Amino acid sequence: MLKVNKITKTFNAGTVNEKLALNKVDLQLNEGDFITIIGGNGAGKTTLLNCVAGVHPVDSGNIFIDNIDVTRLPEHKRARLLGRVFQDPMMGTASSMGIEENLALAYRRGQRRGIKWGITHAERDYYREELKTLELGLEDRLATKVGLLSGGQRQALTLLMATMKKPRLLLLDEHTAALDPKTAVKVLQLSGKIITDHNITTMMITHNMREAIKYGNRLVMMYEGRIILDIAGEEKKNLTVEYLMEKFEKASGDELSSDRLLLG
Amino acid sequence: MLQIIQGSVSLGLLWAIMTIGVFITYRILNYADLTVEGSITTGAAVAATLIVGGMNPYLATFFSFIAGMAAGLITGLLHTKLKIPALLSGILSMIALYSVNIRIMSKANISLLRVDTVFTPFENMGLDSRTSVIILGLICVVAVILVLYWFFGTEVGSAIRATGNNPKMIRAQGVNTDSMIILGLVISNGLVAFAGALIAQDQSYADIQMGIGSIVIGLASVIIGEVLFGTRNFMNTLISLVLGAVAYRIIIALVLEMGLAPTDLRLFTAITVAVALSLPVFRKYLGAFKKSLRRGS
Repeated sequence: MLKVNKITKTFNAGTVNEKLALNKVDLQLNEGDFITIIGGNGAGKTTLLNCVAGVHPVDSGNIFIDNIDVTRLPEHKRARLLGRVFQDPMMGTASSMGIEENLALAYRRGQRRGIKWGITHAERDYYREELKTLELGLEDRLATKVGLLSGGQRQALTLLMATMKKPRLLLLDEHTAALDPKTAVKVLQLSGKIITDHNITTMMITHNMREAIKYGNRLVMMYEGRIILDIAGEEKKNLTVEYLMEKFEKASGDELSSDRLLLG
Repeated sequence: MLQIIQGSVSLGLLWAIMTIGVFITYRILNYADLTVEGSITTGAAVAATLIVGGMNPYLATFFSFIAGMAAGLITGLLHTKLKIPALLSGILSMIALYSVNIRIMSKANISLLRVDTVFTPFENMGLDSRTSVIILGLICVVAVILVLYWFFGTEVGSAIRATGNNPKMIRAQGVNTDSMIILGLVISNGLVAFAGALIAQDQSYADIQMGIGSIVIGLASVIIGEVLFGTRNFMNTLISLVLGAVAYRIIIALVLEMGLAPTDLRLFTAITVAVALSLPVFRKYLGAFKKSLRRGS
């Protein structure tokens, strides 16, 4: 359903800061795939997700979603097909607006926005039901400004906003990295539940190898703008952190000195 | 004294419409738009020229609104399509509008002394000129507040608010933030020009200089309104803006009465705004100071 065809992306081309972030990346996702993406800092994971989402235009290559070429489609037009959760909990919601207002904005993703009232009564009941599934008590605080919520609550809300209207593809960009360990586990479990319950095709970036092995049906490792490992099915289930480390060391050719991968 | 209050209220109500326009860009869109310095004069120029040319003053005022929207559109296009920084886009429009406004009026000022204005029908009913301005001003302000309260509750209006709050988030929800910024600037400058048209008809002349410093007056009114009258919800905020604009006029009248030279007014206004904007910083220092005192003891 997603086909990434030899995409290349260079930042700051022609300057001393030139950085080849994606180097002819090929990737194909089937309906219902849940892939986890790992790799060191600067490996191109986030750039890959941002190129799929249309945040950055690619230098070359093509991106197809459902066989439609979206390569030239601007970010806001691709949004119709995508649900996104960012690393920064502040990024996915409008902090000065209420919980229900944020949900209403997300509920209209991909629709023409007119001069109808922003939230209907029927919607409110629906939001309440949906919020109950998060088990955070947010269903009783519909009018609360999102800025007053904790990072974990905001991330859970963003997750709901990204999936309430089922996206063709869900992009999770280290969405638990900024949370405390306990909350991170909770949000991750919630993500896994939503993804399997609704059978949503998903790409999830993580820094945590254990998580990458535990979740999803396929694992992709990136290094210097390329995909160096792509494991699916039974093989993926039997992966170990040690094996991944070994693979990574072989690819990078040096010790994993300062890399956050060690935290895995 | 009563006369001063009456004058302040009438002028404040007309400037309140301009203040609401400034609020839309400054607070809702988070965009410091300097176009208003030019578009308020554009509103005055268009209305004055058309009225002197024999047009119905209400229709002329409507055209002022349209002209202001066009000015906002230009600024919006400069910023979103040509990627010129927000502040600079506004400055470019403001500078360009100076020439445009002289073109519209064909001279530096137009007198409206012996022509019918939007206030004339009220005066014909036997009301004095101040009361006429207050009544029509109130009608306009209430209408603007009701329309905006409705508009910013709609799907498009919510998308504009989200654009000012978190553009990245709302793009991910499928909204073209460029369009939202342009729309906000168009509405804002339309209102500012509308206010300019009313102000010119109230003071009986349109002058090429009348817009200078207006952004600071608008900001001062926004801040005074928010601080004194609150921002509990959107309706409360809109009403606070109107009261802020009136309060600003009363403050100005009082300091003038106390002997401040009229030429020092802008300095006074600028200082007021600077102090109000820096309040959070002072509060932080004050908090740290108190803490250190407590630790010291």
